[in-house]
Amino acid sequence: MNTRFEYLLRLGDDALILGQQLGLWTGHGPVLEEDIALTNIGLDQIGQARAWLSLAGKAENQGRDEDRLAFHRNQEGFRNALLCERPNGHFGDTIVRQFLFDAYAVPLHAALAQSNDAEIAAIALKSAKESAYHLRHSRAWLVRLGDGTEESHEKVQASLDLMLPFAGDLFFSDEVTTAATDEGWGPDPSDLRADWEAILSDTLSEAQLRRPDAVPEQIGGRQGRHTEQLSFLLAEMQVLPRTYPDAKW
Amino acid sequence: MEMDLLQRFEAYVASEKKIEPKDWMPDAYRKTLIRQISQHAHSEIVGMLPEGNWISRAPSLKRKAILMAKVQDEAGHGLYLYSACETLGVQRDDTIADLHSGKAKYSSIFNYPTLTWADIGAVGWLVDGAAIMNQVPLCKCSYGPYARAMVRVCKEESFHQRQGFQIMMTLAQGTEEQKAMAQDALNRWWWPSIMMFGPPDDNSPNSAQSMAWNIKRFSNDELRQKFIDLTVPQAELIGLTIPDADLKWNEETGHYEHGPIDWDEFNRVIAGHGPCNKERLDARNKAWDDGAWVREAAGAHAEKRAARKAAANTAAA
Repeated sequence: MNTRFEYLLRLGDDALILGQQLGLWTGHGPVLEEDIALTNIGLDQIGQARAWLSLAGKAENQGRDEDRLAFHRNQEGFRNALLCERPNGHFGDTIVRQFLFDAYAVPLHAALAQSNDAEIAAIALKSAKESAYHLRHSRAWLVRLGDGTEESHEKVQASLDLMLPFAGDLFFSDEVTTAATDEGWGPDPSDLRADWEAILSDTLSEAQLRRPDAVPEQIGGRQGRHTEQLSFLLAEMQVLPRTYPDAKW
Repeated sequence: MEMDLLQRFEAYVASEKKIEPKDWMPDAYRKTLIRQISQHAHSEIVGMLPEGNWISRAPSLKRKAILMAKVQDEAGHGLYLYSACETLGVQRDDTIADLHSGKAKYSSIFNYPTLTWADIGAVGWLVDGAAIMNQVPLCKCSYGPYARAMVRVCKEESFHQRQGFQIMMTLAQGTEEQKAMAQDALNRWWWPSIMMFGPPDDNSPNSAQSMAWNIKRFSNDELRQKFIDLTVPQAELIGLTIPDADLKWNEETGHYEHGPIDWDEFNRVIAGHGPCNKERLDARNKAWDDGAWVREAAGAHAEKRAARKAAANTAAA
């Protein structure tokens, strides 16, 4: 197995799937400032996806570029964590999904910035600035919604109950992540869990939200076992390059 | 007294000076600006919908990123323009409520559908191109906040116009299917785009007063002519055909002559009977209604915070 390719694919696919979903909010946000913010965060995610997928293509060395990887893989080839493919739902669902991801992305990018691979470190350094801002945004909204009205509190508590079981997939560990730590080019996500837990518990307390009782976690994205949503998402995202395989855009 | 003020105002405007929010202005001037700037803001916001429609299906990651950045720019334009409107004494939420109720208008062009990826090229090239023609003169408009907002808007719009043209050029040089897609988009967007300049000069009710107040600088027909003269050679350059059998170059005038414009269609779409009027307004209303609990929560949270801070200060004192 090309562990480096697999590892980079996971990074790229998380960003791609989130960016794809955030883009759907453009023009439909609860207030104009949030149309701008969600689109902007989505744009950062697409930018990160392009960087990671390009690097993945190089690591694979089969001539696949970012677009070939984004538009010509089937769902079983995607390596994003299941959390990223949870549907947008309402604004609170999107904020919780993003918060759970951002709280992982911040320690992830910090660790990747220490990579012994200069290209990985460079992408991570740029991404770290973005993820710090994303976390500030999603955290602030989680607190507003959690400690807002009774309605918003109940809604966002339900979003948290819904999303949390899918977050465990972010910390999945296997031979790919072991290779990353052994060879020094990236962290094992399971080592990021403590940082993530700290951000989570601090934020939930400020938002006056309850940590849901532990339930079995849903795992599978890193191995290409996805939820029902992904196939729809890919059908929409990939429609043009699949319909016109010879075209350049 | 009032007469004095009016004369002074008119002389001031005629001398190319800017009116600022706290200056005296005639009620009709204020109303005209509120109507125009809010319509402009609404057009930016409703205009996000037909283009946003293709974000999820953009054919490459680069195109997706460019389109997201572009539509985000339009939201930013909406923000400046709503802010410019607020300097005239109306609140953003009230202005938006007028859009949602159907009382306020927005540019009719956004009531047409974006059916293929080529429409994203055509909208950037033609619709943003026409918008620039209309908006560049507004950078010198007599109302300061509007004029200043327009400077930034125009810079971004001209970037969008080039991006749109670049999409069309790529398609026109592409496969047979892509070429057909580009031509079809031009066929559908050409006439609505040249209608964007508004009714012909002999039938434009608000024009004379706006010209006198230095809000409007060129007539609808002058701007339309300028747009056509600029755009026809661009279409020729990339091998696309303008869908107007009567279009011809007039050596003497140095302008293109165009065929008759279907003003019945224009009036029909403005009156609410375009292909997407209902969809666009429904989408805006849905976003606003679905977001009500979010805005209420933000308000409630801000109040709680302020109350806690006040309580802490009292306790400390």
